[in-house]
Amino acid sequence: MLVHAPILAIAVPLLGAFSLLGVSYISRTWRNVWACLIAAFTSAMAVAVAIRAYTEGVVVYALGAASPTQSVTAGGFPIRIVLVVDGLGAFMGLIAALTGVVALVYCFQYLREEEGKNLGLSLLLLLWAGILGMVYTGDLFNFFVFLEVTSIAACALIGYRVWESRPPEAAFKTMAMYTLGGLLVLIAVGILYGEYDALNIAYLGKLIAGSPLDRLALGLLLGGLLMKAGAVPAHMWAPDAYGEAPAMATVVLVANTQAAIYAILRVVFTLYGGALASPGIGWLIASLGIATVLVAVLMAVVQRHLGRLVAYGAVSQLGYMLLAVGVGAVARGGFGEVALTGGIFHMINDAAAVGLLFLVVGAVRRAVGSVDLLSLGGLGHALRWEAGFFLLGALALAGIPPLNGFASKFLIYESTFRASPILAALALLASILLLAVVVRAFQGTFLGPRVREASPAPRGMLVAMGILALVIVVFGLFPGFFIERIVAPAVQAVLTGREAYLAAVLGG
Amino acid sequence: MGNMPFVVSMLLVAIGFLTLIARRNLIKLAIGISIIEMGVNLFLVSLGYVRGGIAPIYTYAPPEAKTMVFPTPQALTLTAIVIGLATTALMLAFAVVIYRHRGTLDAGKIRELRG
Repeated sequence: MLVHAPILAIAVPLLGAFSLLGVSYISRTWRNVWACLIAAFTSAMAVAVAIRAYTEGVVVYALGAASPTQSVTAGGFPIRIVLVVDGLGAFMGLIAALTGVVALVYCFQYLREEEGKNLGLSLLLLLWAGILGMVYTGDLFNFFVFLEVTSIAACALIGYRVWESRPPEAAFKTMAMYTLGGLLVLIAVGILYGEYDALNIAYLGKLIAGSPLDRLALGLLLGGLLMKAGAVPAHMWAPDAYGEAPAMATVVLVANTQAAIYAILRVVFTLYGGALASPGIGWLIASLGIATVLVAVLMAVVQRHLGRLVAYGAVSQLGYMLLAVGVGAVARGGFGEVALTGGIFHMINDAAAVGLLFLVVGAVRRAVGSVDLLSLGGLGHALRWEAGFFLLGALALAGIPPLNGFASKFLIYESTFRASPILAALALLASILLLAVVVRAFQGTFLGPRVREASPAPRGMLVAMGILALVIVVFGLFPGFFIERIVAPAVQAVLTGREAYLAAVLGG
Repeated sequence: MGNMPFVVSMLLVAIGFLTLIARRNLIKLAIGISIIEMGVNLFLVSLGYVRGGIAPIYTYAPPEAKTMVFPTPQALTLTAIVIGLATTALMLAFAVVIYRHRGTLDAGKIRELRG
């Protein structure tokens, strides 16, 4: 069965999302058991795929073939949809598994039955399936389909609280941006298909020669993916979406955004790594990254809605990843390798730190009913665990040693300094400002005299936060161990794994 | 004349983008996105057009037929149409909910989430 692990990791949550609604008619207990079974199985499959990809190299799974390894026809032409998991895909699968499990553990006690918990659980599984599909697929059109699966599930989750006035607005805005981004990607897919008669990423990667049409397609792909990732100037949806979505959905939304970064890496390094490996693309991505960092941090300063404040923090972290990807694309190797190590390691650190902050914000909203910083204060007396988790997440987000955010950000600063000292200085400044912002948010929410009673979060929610806190501390204390085991293979897959990726799919 | 479908499809995309820029009504924004979608779908389906080609079903092909079309672009277009339906439906549903809360569909007046 482990041979089929890549497709099972996508198919089980996809079918599970729909079957969950049927099971929920039987009883709530069975529905919960069913959701736990699906989650356990999916994450086990994601881990199994990751272990195989890390130990045996690129995992290829051809759909609809006589045997799953038969990815090309006799003439060497790939006609089937393939799933291809290299080190990078495996790493993203692990992030998706972590965030998915945490979100499910959290939402059992976070969502209320009468507000449509069945649908919330179902959409969460659907979003999970979409993310895993995005990071595992080796087919460009299939990628677009999973991109839209995540868009639809994500926007439905953002607008989950339809009885309030703000979430539907955030969902509409996000849906418009996601759809536009998706359509840009689709035009690019059409152009590449019209030019090369193929949709397979590996096959296209071999054929792309850098013609004007290829450049146009690259521009459209990057444009669409940057919209999906929420980079400046298309960042307007991101704080709304993160701020208004239910907390457990936000954690998975962060993983979804990172899947867009994964796709940018895949496009720049695998699809266009042969023909258009010019540093210009790298500089473009890096400058968009630093612009995202600066704009997001400056916007975070003026927020009084705790959720939106953390959301701008999340957008700024995304800027750091883009910066790292850009620097990595400027210098493919040398300090570019350091940058990519930092950027890819930062993905899982960011998922943990930002995810933890959002979960605490959700707990505060549940306990108090408001997240307006002007009316909050003194919650640390009642919500002890939450206060500790918020402080931990905030310090990790701002990159304070010995937490995990420091380990990855330091690599990003170091490599960016070698590319451009000005960019590195700006990134460091933004980080200091972000520290001030999150510490002020902590002080405004949790410190001070007790102004009102609040009931602490139930145990399930605390366990979910605890998992992420554990990740933050352990990754911060032993960064070398994790970089060597799970990050370095992903970096090698990006930088030097292109040939292996093509060979694994196309044979020879 | 061979490039006409591509010109028309990109024209549709341009009209859709103009709608997004010029209009503030949420329903019209959804229509604009829908027009872009239709343009992209037309682009995909015209990629697969072959003059005189027949449907790619071997058992039903007449013996004198020379060219068959490749079925992939049509499959892509069908998938894209279904996805477009889902996104449009979701956007319109949110527009309805927003209208119930605010009593207006003017995006300029719905300013709660700015900044």
